[in-house]
Amino acid sequence: MHYPTDRKYTREHEWIIADGTIGITHHAQDSLGDIVFVELPKVGTVITVGKPFGTVESVKAVSDLFAPASGTVTAVNEELATAPEKVNKDAHGAWMVKIQMKDPAEMNALLSAPDYEKFVSEEAGH
Amino acid sequence: MSVVEATPPVVRKTALNAVHRQMGAKMVEFNGWDMPVEYPASIGCGIIAEHMAVRTGVGIFDVSHMGDIRLAGREALAAVQHISMNDASRLAIGQAQYSALLYPQGTFVDDVIVHRLGEDEYLLVINAGTREKDFSWVRDNTRQFDCKVEHLSDDFTQIAIQGPKGVDVLQKLTDADLSAVKFYWLTRGTVCGLKNILMGRTGYTAEDGFEIYIPPDEATSARVWYAILEAGKEFGVVPCGLGARNTLRLEGKLPLYGHEITDTINVWEAGLDRFCKMEKPEFIGREALEKAKAEGVKKTLVGLETVDRGIARDGYKILDESGREIGYVTSGSPAPFLKKNIALAYVPPAQAAVGTTVKVEIRGQGVTAKVVPTPFYKRPKKAAKSE
Repeated sequence: MHYPTDRKYTREHEWIIADGTIGITHHAQDSLGDIVFVELPKVGTVITVGKPFGTVESVKAVSDLFAPASGTVTAVNEELATAPEKVNKDAHGAWMVKIQMKDPAEMNALLSAPDYEKFVSEEAGH
Repeated sequence: MSVVEATPPVVRKTALNAVHRQMGAKMVEFNGWDMPVEYPASIGCGIIAEHMAVRTGVGIFDVSHMGDIRLAGREALAAVQHISMNDASRLAIGQAQYSALLYPQGTFVDDVIVHRLGEDEYLLVINAGTREKDFSWVRDNTRQFDCKVEHLSDDFTQIAIQGPKGVDVLQKLTDADLSAVKFYWLTRGTVCGLKNILMGRTGYTAEDGFEIYIPPDEATSARVWYAILEAGKEFGVVPCGLGARNTLRLEGKLPLYGHEITDTINVWEAGLDRFCKMEKPEFIGREALEKAKAEGVKKTLVGLETVDRGIARDGYKILDESGREIGYVTSGSPAPFLKKNIALAYVPPAQAAVGTTVKVEIRGQGVTAKVVPTPFYKRPKKAAKSE
């Protein structure tokens, strides 16, 4: 899998672009399987780096979404309420929320695309 | 005195383990077994696709982790009658029935399928997670009968071929006339060149289908597995994992040990009355069940459908309209065929009527659900022409 280099990644398998757009990775959707439910915060909600801000459910499992950075939600991808399977089809295109970042420097702590790819392959090796 | 079985070694594998891995299955540990939960989307699989294949065509499952106990001898029927709640005396040779092994309290050791293989020969098919416990229980409680009890769990690779097209797929591989085998009956025949193979028209998917019992070596198991996939190509067969097995059985309200039935839940609470034959003069648990029936149940198993957005999951609390805790979810999931979010739950009888509204606590929120008729899914009656 090619991970786009226009964004940063968390060890909890979320991605974030410098404009504050957040989603989950291809690897995350692949381990979850068929995604059937996405629960996201409302516009205006303040989210905190490392803390859960929403939930994604597959047929089998419930997973928290962890904020890759702190900020205020400015947009929510409403499409995912009725078409959550879009995350399976295109995890790096099907964004979840956009935030106004509180401190863009928080992104420096996240993984680059090659580092994330390495992290995922190491995790799979265990 | 009961003998404690040695703890089984770490994680067990079926003879098809390498095949599942080769096919790219996502593997999970289930009751001490390394089992496929789903196969990859790249071969047309995933829980939803596998579930739909079984409802509309055919899917195959490795169910070799299931256990098998054989009882044979002059008093085999008396032994089976003593340890199980259904009436095995009604079984003709070649017939099977759903039943359960009970504790003296009327609660569950396990649920089982009892097959009558011969005049004085029965095969109990039991759950993977309860194999050792069940075998000890059966052996210790049948000592007074003239009957040999054998643990045959590792003697078979068991493959389930499930779905409306299951019979057509298996028919291509056997000389036995499967159209003559009714639901919950069995036959023997040659399958893929293997002689005298047991084939039961049973399953755990609320669909028509067969379960076959073949020799447990890896080479034979793999050969038959691939032969079924090849024969099923024209019917769109897919391999299915435990994920689809669970959603399929849930739509059909088939109980799962450790969820709907446990050692603290009795037969009346679980709603399995029709498989419990109180007219039998004696079986373990009967006395307690008689008493429990007179006293009435405090909780009962119901089917729920969430009305609001949200998926009820195993263990979630059930609340009444005022927010008071009144029960719990035993199994909950999106239902891929019905396209609803369904659950089985224990609630007090006063809240059990169809149409009653309750709340399921999902991440601190009370999500509205209503009691619906069960089973959630019932397979359509076959058109007369097909058989």
